[in-house]
Amino acid sequence: MNTVAIIDYGMGNLHSAKKAVEHVAPNCSVLVTGDAAKIREADRVILPGVGAIRDCMAEMHRLGVVELVKEVSRDRPFLGICVGMQALMARSEENDGVEGIGLFPSEVRYFGDNLTENGERLKVPHMGWNEVWHSMDHPLWHNIPDGDRFYFVHSYYAEAAGNPDMAGRTHYGVDLAAAVAKDNIFAAQFHPEKSARAGLQLLENFTNWNGK
Amino acid sequence: MALAKRIIPCLDVDKGRVVKGVNFVDIRDAGDPVEVARRYNEQGADEITFLDITASHESRDTTYETVERMAAEVFIPLTVGGGVRTVDDIRKLLNAGADKVSINTAAVFNPDFVKEAAERFGRQCIVVAIDAKRVSGEGEEPRWEIFTHGGRKPTGLDAIEWARKMVDLGAGELLLTSMDRDGTKVGFDIELTRAISDAVSVPVIASGGVGELQHLADGVTKGGADAVLAASIFHFGQHTIPEAKAFMKEQGIEVRD
Repeated sequence: MNTVAIIDYGMGNLHSAKKAVEHVAPNCSVLVTGDAAKIREADRVILPGVGAIRDCMAEMHRLGVVELVKEVSRDRPFLGICVGMQALMARSEENDGVEGIGLFPSEVRYFGDNLTENGERLKVPHMGWNEVWHSMDHPLWHNIPDGDRFYFVHSYYAEAAGNPDMAGRTHYGVDLAAAVAKDNIFAAQFHPEKSARAGLQLLENFTNWNGK
Repeated sequence: MALAKRIIPCLDVDKGRVVKGVNFVDIRDAGDPVEVARRYNEQGADEITFLDITASHESRDTTYETVERMAAEVFIPLTVGGGVRTVDDIRKLLNAGADKVSINTAAVFNPDFVKEAAERFGRQCIVVAIDAKRVSGEGEEPRWEIFTHGGRKPTGLDAIEWARKMVDLGAGELLLTSMDRDGTKVGFDIELTRAISDAVSVPVIASGGVGELQHLADGVTKGGADAVLAASIFHFGQHTIPEAKAFMKEQGIEVRD
């Protein structure tokens, strides 16, 4: 049976991600687990994350998740979501600077307190439905129209400028990487499990993806 | 192109049933919150807000159960409020599948609860509900105060200062209800919405008073709200979510199709 492990390192609600994957892939066995052996055995792995990156990274280090992520992200379809995407970057400027797992070279930056667009102030967090424009062909965009909206909620972002791994771009005062992809790894800043039709399609694509 | 303004139908839930029921065009008196949420999701609602209006100890378990069922089939953000008083209440709601929790009275009695909640769960999931009532007289500089207990008890707190304080303590979003307008169908208190929205850096949801589609649009264009919340206009088949979005789009407001 096709198994999907959602890594549980004690941060946030993993119920939604589990339910959404079960909804689109009734034949998959979906586990929410912190058990390294079970995660190693899974065909696909999801790294979620909410809250502050310092706390997330601290828990990942404490529970051995950093090494585990490096290992299982080498050889099977791997999906990072929200702070789970930011954790894969080299570094974040949140909480006075936090080292990430470093699977992607980007830096994660703060939107700032004075984010504007055409002279109008933009609220932070970037919260709500924004357009995602594909910046590469990818199996996870299958059946998702270019520019479709996904649900975002975040105050920090990976830069779009000069990002060689950007898979999708969104604009909110600045251009940001809505998704990045490299080999068998895909990571999204938005929440596919909360993005209605478009998000469910992406999760279904993930459960069908062979990582190539 | 930019971030869409959100339209949020609000379900007032009492002992596991939507209060007064909801009449969709082809379904009569759908009182099951999960069924109602599913219909709004199909119509393209951007979020669902679920307010547990009894919030007694006995009804809590029903609420967790309902939230859990809702989260299992409605894949848009879900905010749950009503009687959220402790970190443990928040943990249980998030574990049941809520994405955000709304804190109201508890924030007034213990503002540090907001800080504690934001530090523990991240500010992105902490909504502070602000119930404000106009206290200035005719011709005076407008001033609003925070009220609790459904608008019955004044607190002496200035609404704008309070909003700023809640954001400083960790609110990721404000759910602003005009107690003067709630249930009146004459539209949002636009001055209040604008004053709060301009005063804080986080998104503001306007609530209280929607009776027609123009009110929703005004909340965004005149009030500066990032999201608009309404109940009866949608519940009784007066308008659908797609109608509301088409109307707002015509007025140049960015919405999610």
